[in-house]
Amino acid sequence: MEQFLQQIASGLANGAIYACVALALVMIYVSTDHINFAQGEMAMFSTYISWQLMTWGVSFWFAFVLAVVFSFVLGVVIERAILRPLHNAPVLSIVVVFIGLLAICNSVAGAIWSYLIKEFPSPFPKSSFGIAGVIGPHQLGVVIVTLVVLGLLFAFFRYTPLGLAMRAAAQNPQMARLVGVRVDWMLALGWGLAAAVGAVAGIMVAHIVYLDPNMMGGILLYAFASALVGGIGNPGGAVVGGFIVGVLENMVAYAGNQIEKATGIYIIGNGEKLTVALIIVITVLTVKPAGLFGRVVVKRV
Amino acid sequence: MPAFPKKLLWVLLALAFLVPLLHPLFPDVVSDYRLFLVSTMIIAAIAVLGLNLLTGFNGQISLGHGAFYAVGAYTAAVLMDHLNMPYWATLPCAAVVCFIVGYLFGLPALRLEGHYLALATFALALAVPQILKYRWLEGLTGGVQGIVLSKPEVPFGLPLSEDQWLYYYCLIVMVVLYWAAANMLDSRSGRAMMAIRDQYMAADTMGIDTALYKTVTFGISAAYTGIAGALSASAIAFVAPDSFNIFLSIKFLIGLVVGGVGSLAGSVVGGIFYVLVDNSAQALSMFVKNDLGLQFDLSAYTVFGILLIVLMYLMPMGIVGGVYLAVRRLRALRG
Repeated sequence: MEQFLQQIASGLANGAIYACVALALVMIYVSTDHINFAQGEMAMFSTYISWQLMTWGVSFWFAFVLAVVFSFVLGVVIERAILRPLHNAPVLSIVVVFIGLLAICNSVAGAIWSYLIKEFPSPFPKSSFGIAGVIGPHQLGVVIVTLVVLGLLFAFFRYTPLGLAMRAAAQNPQMARLVGVRVDWMLALGWGLAAAVGAVAGIMVAHIVYLDPNMMGGILLYAFASALVGGIGNPGGAVVGGFIVGVLENMVAYAGNQIEKATGIYIIGNGEKLTVALIIVITVLTVKPAGLFGRVVVKRV
Repeated sequence: MPAFPKKLLWVLLALAFLVPLLHPLFPDVVSDYRLFLVSTMIIAAIAVLGLNLLTGFNGQISLGHGAFYAVGAYTAAVLMDHLNMPYWATLPCAAVVCFIVGYLFGLPALRLEGHYLALATFALALAVPQILKYRWLEGLTGGVQGIVLSKPEVPFGLPLSEDQWLYYYCLIVMVVLYWAAANMLDSRSGRAMMAIRDQYMAADTMGIDTALYKTVTFGISAAYTGIAGALSASAIAFVAPDSFNIFLSIKFLIGLVVGGVGSLAGSVVGGIFYVLVDNSAQALSMFVKNDLGLQFDLSAYTVFGILLIVLMYLMPMGIVGGVYLAVRRLRALRG
C-alpha cells in the first residue's frame, strides 16, 4: 500500500512538470494554432542558463528568477523575429521552423556545456520537508512551486487587463484589434510566458532527470500527451491532463510490476514509458481529438 | 515542378558508374573511404526519397521516418543474424515489412491533418529507441547492445574491394527505386497522390479513393525508407537502438527541405547534402578543439537548424526548386 501511495505521489510530482510544459504548449497553440516542437529544448536551454549562473555563485532562487526572465525574453524574441513573418505560411514550413529551433537549441547547448550529464541541485531542505515514505522533499517542492506558478498565471489571465487583452487576442484577433488590443504584441507576450513556464518546468525537473541536452525529449512527449488528454485548446485541461498522465504513467509501470511479480510475465515496466506516451498520443488523437475538456471544433467547408 | 533534364540524368548516372574504375589511376582521390561515404549518401538519398513521396507528393507531414528506417534496418539485421539470409535478399523483406508497418500507421494518420500528424509522427520518432529495447524483442534485436553484422561480400569473384562493391550495390538499388518512383508519379496513381495533396476535397469528389491512396502512399514511403535502413544495416554492419533517435528523423527532414519538397532529384541532393554537412561538421569540430584549443563541441545540428529556418524564408522549394526558379527567371530575362 505504501508503495502504491508512493507511486501516486511521484506521479503527481511528474504530473506537475508535464502540466507546466503542456500549459506552455497550449498557450502557444491557442493563440497561433502552432504546436511548438521546440518547447522542451527551449526549457532545457533555460535550465542550463540557471545552472551556469549557479556555478558562478548565484543562489538557486535568484538564478531561477533570472533564467525564467531570460526565457521570457527569448520567447518574445523568437516570436517576433522568426515566427511573425511566417504567420500565413503552410503548415509544413512552420513545423520545419520549429524543428530547426529544436536542433539549434539542442546543439548550441551541447556546444557550450557539452553533452556530459550534470547533477542539478535541489533547493528544498532535505529532512524537514515531505512526508516520510510517501513523497520526498524535492517532489513535494516541485508540486508546490508548479502550483504557485499555475496559480499566478491563472490570476494573471483572469484578473489583469493585460491578461484579458491576451485572451481576447487569442480568441478573436480581428475583434481584439478593433477594440485597440495590439494583437501582434499579445502573441509575442504569450510566447514569452510560455517559454517562461517551460523554463520553470525544466529547472524543477533537472534534479530528477539530471541535466543534459536531451533531458526534455521524454518530458516533451508526455507534455504532448497531457495537452491532448486535457484538450489541446484548453489551458485548464492541459494542467489536469498533466496530473492525469503523470499518475497514469506511474500506475502503468506499477501495474506491470505487480503483474510480473504475480505471474512472472513481463509486459510493461519503466522501460516502456515513452511507448505508453506514444500510445496515449495516438489513441487520443484518433479516438477523441478534442480530449477530455476540449471543445469539438466544427469546420465550415 | 518540371522533371529533371533527362540527358543530364544519364550523364550523371554514367559518371556514377565509371568513377570507381578510376581507382587505379587516382588511388587517393577515389579512395575506399570516399566511396563508402558516397554509399552512405546514396542510402540517405533513398531515405529522403521515401519521405518525399509522403510529404512532398502526398502532403502528409512525417517527423518520424526514422522509425521506418529503424524497422528496415532491424528487419535486415535480424534476418541476416538469425536466419543467415544473404544481404541482398533482406531488401525485399525489409520493404514488405516496412510497407505493412507504414500502411498500419497510415490508418490512424487518416484522421490526422497537418500539425496533428506531425505531432503523432514526432511522438513515434521519440519512442522508437525504447520500443527497440523492449524486453520481449531482446532475443531478436539484441537489446541495448544491438546486432553486429558482417559487410557484404563481393560476389562472382569480381575484382572489386568491399567498399567498391557496396557502392555499386547501393547505386543499383537507388537507380531502380528512383526509376520506380518516377514512373509511379508519372502515372494515374501518382497524379491521384498529388491531387490529394493539392486539393483534398476536390480529389475526393473526383472519385479518388483518398483513404486508400493515403494509406498506400504511407506504406510505399515507409518501404522506401525501410530499404534505405536495410542498406545501412549492411553498409555499417551494425545496428543499435540509440542510433535511431529523433535526430535521425530530423536529418531526413533536412534532406527533404534542402533538396526540395516534392522533387525527386531534390531528394538525392538533400541526402547527399546532409551526409556531407554531418561529416564536415565533425571535421570542423575536431579542428576547433585541437587546433584552436576551444572547448566547443560544434555540431552539425547548429548548421542544420539555421539552414532549416533560413531556407523556409529564402527558398521554400529547396535548393533544386530554387535553382529551377533562378533558371526560369534568367530565361525570362533573355526573352
